[in-house]
Amino acid sequence: MELLHGLVLVFVAVGGTAVVLTRDPLAQSMVVSFYGMLLGILFFVFQAPDVALSQLVVGAVALPMMILLALAKAKAEKQ
Amino acid sequence: MSFNSRRNLFFLGMLGFGVLYLWGLKGLPDFGRYEGVYGITLNKVAVAQTHATNLVAAVTFDYRGFDTLGEEFILFAAVVGVAILLRAQRDEAATADEEAEESKDESRSAPHTSDAVRVLGLALIGPTVLFGLYVVAHGHLTPGGGLSGGVVLATAALLVYLTGEYVALRRVSPESLTELAESVGAGGYAAVGFLGLLAGQAFLTNVLPLGTTGQLNSSGTILLINLAVSVEVAGGFSLILAEFLEQTLLVRERKHG
Repeated sequence: MELLHGLVLVFVAVGGTAVVLTRDPLAQSMVVSFYGMLLGILFFVFQAPDVALSQLVVGAVALPMMILLALAKAKAEKQ
Repeated sequence: MSFNSRRNLFFLGMLGFGVLYLWGLKGLPDFGRYEGVYGITLNKVAVAQTHATNLVAAVTFDYRGFDTLGEEFILFAAVVGVAILLRAQRDEAATADEEAEESKDESRSAPHTSDAVRVLGLALIGPTVLFGLYVVAHGHLTPGGGLSGGVVLATAALLVYLTGEYVALRRVSPESLTELAESVGAGGYAAVGFLGLLAGQAFLTNVLPLGTTGQLNSSGTILLINLAVSVEVAGGFSLILAEFLEQTLLVRERKHG
């Protein structure tokens, strides 16, 4: 295991904790997107580029987008 | 339950988890050592058998293609479910919908998009579509494929919404088209499976000519299934996007207009 592997694992651990500690849903959707990107980098570093790509599009793009859209809808209804 | 007892329960759970975790870690093979029988076997035979250089695609769309078909329909059902949930509410406001239709442009209450976002978005739409198509078309050669490429393509629709207006999104991805794409993509996967039956072999057998390894036009049904999946994913994600935006805008208009 090289330095890069350890570094990425630490980043993912910090990122995951950050997602849990963020309490505001809007900010959380941004943090979870960033965390999705970190996970994508992790998969890439561990030589699973195909999984990394899927993780990027789903975890860093699609999931935050769904959260944002749902938040926008909930907010529009409340007004 | 008081804060202290909850905290104690948490630490108790953590202790149990920690013990099991360390126990599990001890049984793992060393870092970088791989002992999976199937993986080693496939690494030896898959390129010769399927002519696909991306073994992940060979496994998901050929060796365990039937399994992926099930996953495909999970996504299909999920998209249909979201669309149905959002549409039921739209019908309730059918009259508001008509009024909103007339005053769509002015009554958009969201703040105007900044020029920076518009310029950057406009510049990104073309490359995004091209990159999506690239990822889809090379799914059997390099990492990528229908799922990732399809989402990238759907992102282009999101960019259109961000740079232009909702109306522009409607024009590039009309509901009838996204619905059609989603269904045709999902059905197309199954249809490719029937090719195997027509050839007198098992469902989803790779019966098409395999072509030259490394060429774009190779790997038989893997390429076809990749294309079908990309059409379904791009259609499905655009559909959800449009449904959500429709809902949000509709509610806004009902309140303001």
